[in-house]
Amino acid sequence: MNRPAGAPAAVDLAHLGFDQGAHLLVQRVLSGLRPGEPLEVTGNHPALVTHLRAWCRGRGHLVQPGGDRDTPVRAVIVRGPAGLDRWAGARRAGGPSPHEIVRNPEPGWGLAARGALVEDGAPAPGFDLAERDLVWADIAPKLYAHAASAQWDPAVAVPWDAAFELPAAVEEAVVQVMTYLVENEQAALVVPARLLARIHPHFREVVQLLAVQAADEARHVEVFTRRALLKTGRLGTSSAGGRASLTTLLAEPDFALASFLLSVLGEGSFLNLLAFLERHAPDPVTRTVVRLAHQDEARHVAFGVAHLQHQASVDPGLRGRLRGAVERRHDVLRDTAGLNQDVLDSLVVLAAGSWDPAAVARGHAQVGELLTTMDHARQRLLIRLGFPADEAAELSALHTRNFM
Amino acid sequence: MTLLMGAVAYDPKTVTIWTGFRSWLTTHGLPFDFVLYSHYERQVEDLVAGRIHAAWNSPLAWIRAGRLAAAEGVRLHPVVARDTDRDLRSVVVVRSEAPYHRPGDLKGESVAVGAVDSPQATLIPLSLLRSEGLRPGDDIEILGHDVGVGLHGDHVGGERDAVRALMSGRAAAACLLDANHLLFGKEGTLPPGSTRILAETAPYDHCVMAVNDSAPASITERFGELLLGMSPDDPEVRRLFDLEGLNVWVHGRTEGFAALEAAVGEVGFYDAAGRVTAEGYRP
Repeated sequence: MNRPAGAPAAVDLAHLGFDQGAHLLVQRVLSGLRPGEPLEVTGNHPALVTHLRAWCRGRGHLVQPGGDRDTPVRAVIVRGPAGLDRWAGARRAGGPSPHEIVRNPEPGWGLAARGALVEDGAPAPGFDLAERDLVWADIAPKLYAHAASAQWDPAVAVPWDAAFELPAAVEEAVVQVMTYLVENEQAALVVPARLLARIHPHFREVVQLLAVQAADEARHVEVFTRRALLKTGRLGTSSAGGRASLTTLLAEPDFALASFLLSVLGEGSFLNLLAFLERHAPDPVTRTVVRLAHQDEARHVAFGVAHLQHQASVDPGLRGRLRGAVERRHDVLRDTAGLNQDVLDSLVVLAAGSWDPAAVARGHAQVGELLTTMDHARQRLLIRLGFPADEAAELSALHTRNFM
Repeated sequence: MTLLMGAVAYDPKTVTIWTGFRSWLTTHGLPFDFVLYSHYERQVEDLVAGRIHAAWNSPLAWIRAGRLAAAEGVRLHPVVARDTDRDLRSVVVVRSEAPYHRPGDLKGESVAVGAVDSPQATLIPLSLLRSEGLRPGDDIEILGHDVGVGLHGDHVGGERDAVRALMSGRAAAACLLDANHLLFGKEGTLPPGSTRILAETAPYDHCVMAVNDSAPASITERFGELLLGMSPDDPEVRRLFDLEGLNVWVHGRTEGFAALEAAVGEVGFYDAAGRVTAEGYRP
């Protein structure tokens, strides 16, 4: 503020009234004054003094008369102490850049933007996933940016109007596989959606990434449903064993273990399944929907692996817990059928492409190869997480027969 | 011993406010509880009868409590008040283009006021008009807006209705608190520049924490000390202050109630013994 040394601070409101924002000009000058310092106010709004008094009263500032009629000063504000203490204990909630996240953000920062100056005293919303090493991966911001740029529109990305007719049995196989994919994608939607609501917003790139992941799954549910209904208008079967397997995913409250079971082992296996379906897709619509889903799932797997690599680097006990999670899930599912037999048969039909016995044998062999490919891929992911090769092979074998 | 305080539930937030104060006071060593009343009249009667030790009183409740107490031989004193309750003013406003330039110009016109028991929007501004020679009911017609009768004007609805009556042309002038004139301008009830302040009252005080002196001094003094010591440095205190609308508690004083005392006398709102004598006042 430029004013002669010793002269009191002054603000001229001209014609501006307090009902039109005059307080902004007053507040701006007051914020530079210390308690007890005066501020001379001039202006010609008819209600200036009345409104100035009312405004100052609410904020703990005193108002004195402006002097005699010859001076233009309508009132003098004496700055009160109020408002200063409000920010006395305020702290920056880390910094806006991903490099400025803190290990343990305060619960009371709650929904504040990372890097904001946070007044203390608000209730803590209770985000229980509030430690950096429990949720973070350095690749999260990059993956989020990629995910946001890779969003596709189901209405235009899929050639829904492409002309094709399939033999009834092949169409039925497609419908069955799509029906199976939908229920798996619904689990894959619910799990990150539940987790993201528990993550401290300080780790916003992880929250954003999981939000896009949930949105990805929402689109997958849509396109798989739409392909299933495209020709026959009805869906296939849903087995109790398949749903039992998926339900165990929903029941896992631990972020690392849920990520491991869903994003690494489940979606990791799904990458192979979707690639298999793209290769054997009997029509352009099926081929496109599984290809689009494959792109998205690869990103989900990348984050799951990156996060667990980060966590394993700081938590030597993590691998033991991951192993325990696989074993527990295996035990729970021991007496269930696992993959719906209708789904398995449909995969064979799609790979065979006809009812010729030789073709069926070829299809059967290719599904067998798929299972082997999935197993090898899971083992590679487990080795990336630091498991020795023999343990990786053992754990991969315990993975659910339902793939996800 | 637990200090028992009465407060009027003029808004659901009073539960949050006084539950918060109860928690804070209890944590700081004062056993404290509160009773919520639906209007001020019963609260005042209970304060004077000693059924509660303290009462968070409107200025009108303070006036009545004083009269009742005097009649009963009971002594009350004001412990604390909000800093924001000191030196309020009421205004009489007219539409900007109206041909009224002094209060006397309103003779023969209608004046919109708030609830019958509102100090700021009825009793004190009408006393001002009376001092300007305008007899309500004779020289000016009074358009009352009885929202929240018994809440002594704590409900802002009566004042909002009064300015709406002004803007619609049903009234030539409206009476309201200075801060509400500002509020209604900011919220758009009154478009900028649409009204002009015709008259303004002298400053007066508003709510006050009254204590019955027959309550044990050990707890009432501690009550006052704790309230006066509340600092907005404490985030919990800041939350309560924001809700209750103060920056700091200040010592209670009585000199700011003279204008209302006079207004109550002029209309016979209560008699000298504190009985309700206002015509048509049914809390």
